[in-house]
Amino acid sequence: MAGEKRKGLQLLDFWVSPFGQRCRIALDEKALPYEYLEQDLGNKSELLIRSNPVHKKIPVLVHDGRPVCESLIIVQYIDEAFSSSSSLLPSDPYARAQARFWADYIDKKVYDCGTRLWKTKGEPQQQARKEMVEILKTLEGALGDKPYFGGDEFGFVDVAFVPFTAWFLTYERFGEISVEKECPKLAAWAKRCGERESVKKNLSPPEKVYEFIATLKKKFGIE
Amino acid sequence: MAEEIKKGLVLLDFWVSPFGQRCRIALAEKGLPYEYSEQELLGTKSELLLRSNPIHKKIPVLIHDGRPVNESLVILNYLEEAFPDAPPLLPADPYARAQARFWAAYSDKVYEVGSRLWKTKGEAQSQARAEMLQVLGNLDGELGEKPFFAGEKFGFVDLALVPFMPWLTPSFERYGGFSVAEVAPRLAAWADRCMERESVAKTLYPGEKVDEFITLLKKKYGIE
Repeated sequence: MAGEKRKGLQLLDFWVSPFGQRCRIALDEKALPYEYLEQDLGNKSELLIRSNPVHKKIPVLVHDGRPVCESLIIVQYIDEAFSSSSSLLPSDPYARAQARFWADYIDKKVYDCGTRLWKTKGEPQQQARKEMVEILKTLEGALGDKPYFGGDEFGFVDVAFVPFTAWFLTYERFGEISVEKECPKLAAWAKRCGERESVKKNLSPPEKVYEFIATLKKKFGIE
Repeated sequence: MAEEIKKGLVLLDFWVSPFGQRCRIALAEKGLPYEYSEQELLGTKSELLLRSNPIHKKIPVLIHDGRPVNESLVILNYLEEAFPDAPPLLPADPYARAQARFWAAYSDKVYEVGSRLWKTKGEAQSQARAEMLQVLGNLDGELGEKPFFAGEKFGFVDLALVPFMPWLTPSFERYGGFSVAEVAPRLAAWADRCMERESVAKTLYPGEKVDEFITLLKKKYGIE
């Protein structure tokens, strides 16, 4: 039958995407069953282009046939549409604002700087190294002595940042940054999060991320 | 006495900032009184600003009972949630809220891409022009035949986007060599419709004033 509205949740995603992993972790934290649809980013599917005509990017969450785009918007949507299960955002408005601020900070800074770490050499790479250390130290400052960014409970900012912990090894090898040395509290937080089922299940193994980037480097002819 | 916590709302802002204007319009729509604090951005930033937004050192900053909230869209979401008795700007339905958040964030592109129009020349400027036409087309398409982005009522996406209109006309239009009325006619009509609201009319500066400001910035940054 032509274009029947499909019931339930589907996630259009790409295996190594930290943005997609945010959504996978959120769905698992809320115990929501969904269909995972791996996308070929080199040859984008009609479904992807139709679901995200503006950006043509993953992740896209399709709920009862209706698409939601942009990972942090997806995570907030999951929290609001399925509010009976445990909340990812805190209930206090000021705490929510702080959570949104830090998630936005992570979005603005981490991926872009991380990409420059492995894509560049010489002076630009040195600059990226300095910036990344600053970014990580800033985030470590926001974490403080709390077990999680939101306090005692794993929440929104943890979900936003934890997929990037799988990239620490890549930052180390290509960017010569030791998170363990520069930000021990952040490294401890990463280990703590890694013990959660949702994180264990959905993060790419760090070696796999490293291989993926190494392949991209070859592909782009970066030595 | 050690610094007493100031009760109420204070907005650290800069007169022509469209990001600050988003907050001013929201505060007006919600009928929330606040103290407006004009910040010196082209010279030395105030200690209050640096203390309130140590990470980005930018305006707008909303200070509520002494506690700062940064980033215009975070501020807008905060106002929704901290003042639940004030008229809401976001719809109640989760899917509609997700759509509103998506398009409000997307509207940032008008400023991003528009800035490249006056900051660059040659190939970079051509690319910015092409992107701008795409962005305006997407916004025009999303608005469609509706009076406002969410439908009948002025809301979240409208106030996130409308402050960029005086930057588009005449400045971005002239630098990019296009006309909003031509490439996005429904958007142009929507902008006029928004200007009929007191909160918008009282907050936005005319395009000519914005144009003067951009000229000033170009001189300051030594851009020809």
